[in-house]
Amino acid sequence: MSDIFKPEVDRRTLLRRAAAVGLLATPAVSMLSACVGGGDDSDDKADKPSGTVSATNPLGVKEDEPLEIVIFNGGLGTKYATDVDIPSYNKLFPNSKVAFSQTEEIATVVQPRFTGGNPPDMINNSGSKLMDQGALVQAGQVQDLTELFAAPSLDITGKTVKDTLIPGTVEQGTFNGKPYVLNYAFTVFGLWYSGKLFKDNGWTAPTTWADFLTLLDAMKAKGITPYGYAGANAPYYQYTVILASAAKIGGADILKNIDNLEPNAWNNDAVKQAAAAWAEVGAKYSDKSFLGLKHTEVQLKQDQYKVGFYPSGSWLENEQAKDTPAGFDYQLAPLPSVTTADKLPATALYAAAGEQYFVASKGKNPKGGMEFMRHMLSKAGAVGFTQLTKTLTVVSGATDGMEISPGLTSGNKALVAAGADTFSFRFDTWYKKLDDELRAATNELMFQGGTADKFVTRMQKAADAVKADSSIEKFSR
Amino acid sequence: MKHGRYPFIIGFLIVPVAIYGTFVIAAYVQAFQLSFTNWRGFSPNVDYIGFDNFTKLFHDSTFWKAIQHHVLLLIFLPLLTIILALFFAFLLNVGGGSKGGRTQGVRGSKFYRVIFFFPQLLALALVAVIFSRVYSPDESGLINGLLQQFGAGPVLFLADSHLALWSILAVLVWQGVGFYVVLFSAGMGSIPTEIYEAAALDGATRSTLFFKITLPLLWSTLQVAWVYLGIAAFDAFALVNVMSVDRGGPDGATTVLGLEIYRNAFDYAQFGYASAMGVVLFFLTLTFAALTLRVTRRDTVEL
Repeated sequence: MSDIFKPEVDRRTLLRRAAAVGLLATPAVSMLSACVGGGDDSDDKADKPSGTVSATNPLGVKEDEPLEIVIFNGGLGTKYATDVDIPSYNKLFPNSKVAFSQTEEIATVVQPRFTGGNPPDMINNSGSKLMDQGALVQAGQVQDLTELFAAPSLDITGKTVKDTLIPGTVEQGTFNGKPYVLNYAFTVFGLWYSGKLFKDNGWTAPTTWADFLTLLDAMKAKGITPYGYAGANAPYYQYTVILASAAKIGGADILKNIDNLEPNAWNNDAVKQAAAAWAEVGAKYSDKSFLGLKHTEVQLKQDQYKVGFYPSGSWLENEQAKDTPAGFDYQLAPLPSVTTADKLPATALYAAAGEQYFVASKGKNPKGGMEFMRHMLSKAGAVGFTQLTKTLTVVSGATDGMEISPGLTSGNKALVAAGADTFSFRFDTWYKKLDDELRAATNELMFQGGTADKFVTRMQKAADAVKADSSIEKFSR
Repeated sequence: MKHGRYPFIIGFLIVPVAIYGTFVIAAYVQAFQLSFTNWRGFSPNVDYIGFDNFTKLFHDSTFWKAIQHHVLLLIFLPLLTIILALFFAFLLNVGGGSKGGRTQGVRGSKFYRVIFFFPQLLALALVAVIFSRVYSPDESGLINGLLQQFGAGPVLFLADSHLALWSILAVLVWQGVGFYVVLFSAGMGSIPTEIYEAAALDGATRSTLFFKITLPLLWSTLQVAWVYLGIAAFDAFALVNVMSVDRGGPDGATTVLGLEIYRNAFDYAQFGYASAMGVVLFFLTLTFAALTLRVTRRDTVEL
């Protein structure tokens, strides 16, 4: 009897046989592994499509070769690409079909295509999910843009593309001597406030630290949180102002030394003084609960007149356009001088070309990608971008004399006042690890009872660790 | 029946095994392969560097911090979830005492059963977003808004490094309890009512019923629950990624291995190093499951 009911396959044999079937699937494994480690670098520029070089086609783009671009959809939107740059490109190359796509997560969408060997031609590498640009350059995936910068400008006659740019733009995208990246948007960074709030209360933007603290006291008395940034996801904004203060105290070389991972670049009196000054603001004039808030939440509070000063870049006005009440009047104040002996004047400003665009060297149409950038860098392209995004471009003086928005005008004024005294840093994109450490250290300094000494010691240690790590490619400027 | 058995079985297995092989096994194999390289994710070529990644991992303080957090989660997540789930399941099934010779749950137990299961239906990302609002540090937060009505200061759930991990643990428990209530209810449902009746005749109280009958007869279900929850404690990535301050903060106070793998792979472009972490996580999870099954092994009562 029992034999009849004995299962033909007991559990153990079933498992054993399943394992055998699993072996059948092994070829699939080796096929998959082939996508990493199986490729080779045979792709060289010689077999890239090219057309005849002429006055209207200085880069020698092949007229009917399709072009693929990917734009990050963030604070700047994508309208400037679809409504300004693509039509401009297609006017010159009507037979080149432009495939446009946009994403909020650049790395998720684009990175697998680099690994797979079929990258898009031009990419806007930006947003919180951006790809590590240094690693891309290191892997030989990025097109050298020397040709583009030497080409004549599209609509500014008699000048090369490079001549039309704000000085320092090409350098900002240079990695170890070669220009690989176009930083297109020009950003000024400082303390933003409501012109209306200040006018109603008879306040003016401070230039000295003493005036700054007096003003913060006055705001506090009014029941406004005088100063705030979002600890949950935007400590980056706060560390930019701390380092900008340090640069004002000790000169722009402070930032250069930090970028170059010089010994004791952080262990420096200027950095320490700046950290101490901001730690006091954090302890006395901010709200500890901001550590748990996101940037949109704090920015909304400012739009509701509940926060006095907010540190940010010039994209703020456009980002908040939807939530800003009428008459709010965004204004930018450069950082007040911390000491009376600051090396740089009070008008000195953190200003930098930002928002990275690059061409894939191993894409199908690298020349077309560079040509697309030439259209972005035309005067018409720059004006269109600024009108749509309320953000300046690196095309020098493209929108001079145009009234676009109060925040943009205010930022422009600050930039003119700063003259040659602008500065910036680049370690945050070069060494993402250092950026993360600085975010945590900044939150500790501002909200969690940290001290300036602890701050600089911690950062020095992190910078030294990055320097000693041979797996991280080093850059210098 | 023996005739044609192999083609029959293989026919059934080939598709799922191929899918599993491609998307699970192959991915694991590749992670093992990459953990010995310094691959940065942008090139089809890789360099093998031996055990360097593992040596580096051993000296990485963030890695050890993440391990500590997993240990804490490993102890408290299963403990709290199972205790709560058992308590609720007992109330839903046996807690109402016996009526007409049948044990039953407290009044409205059918309704509660549905309610308990609700969180299970929400995607984890949604749960994280919802609780970010609940925990929000200003007056817009559910808890802090209430506290403010009574004049109490804001509690910085996620921004206080001593509270942050516990706040996230509470969400994990909240999210998980419903599933285990259902699991334990099913287990309790399969315990024959005669046993309860016999015990009740002998004058057993509710707590005696629970400890002397329900618990021993549920042992194998509990064991399974413990393994599931332990594996969940090795994850926690989604909640930490969405909820925590500065991703894994403040200052690394909530970071977990999943997050560090993600950060190293996609932020720092250190895919080789991230794969090494993945390999370690693989062995940790495996060891835990094997240990749990061995340690908790005891004779189950056959019904």
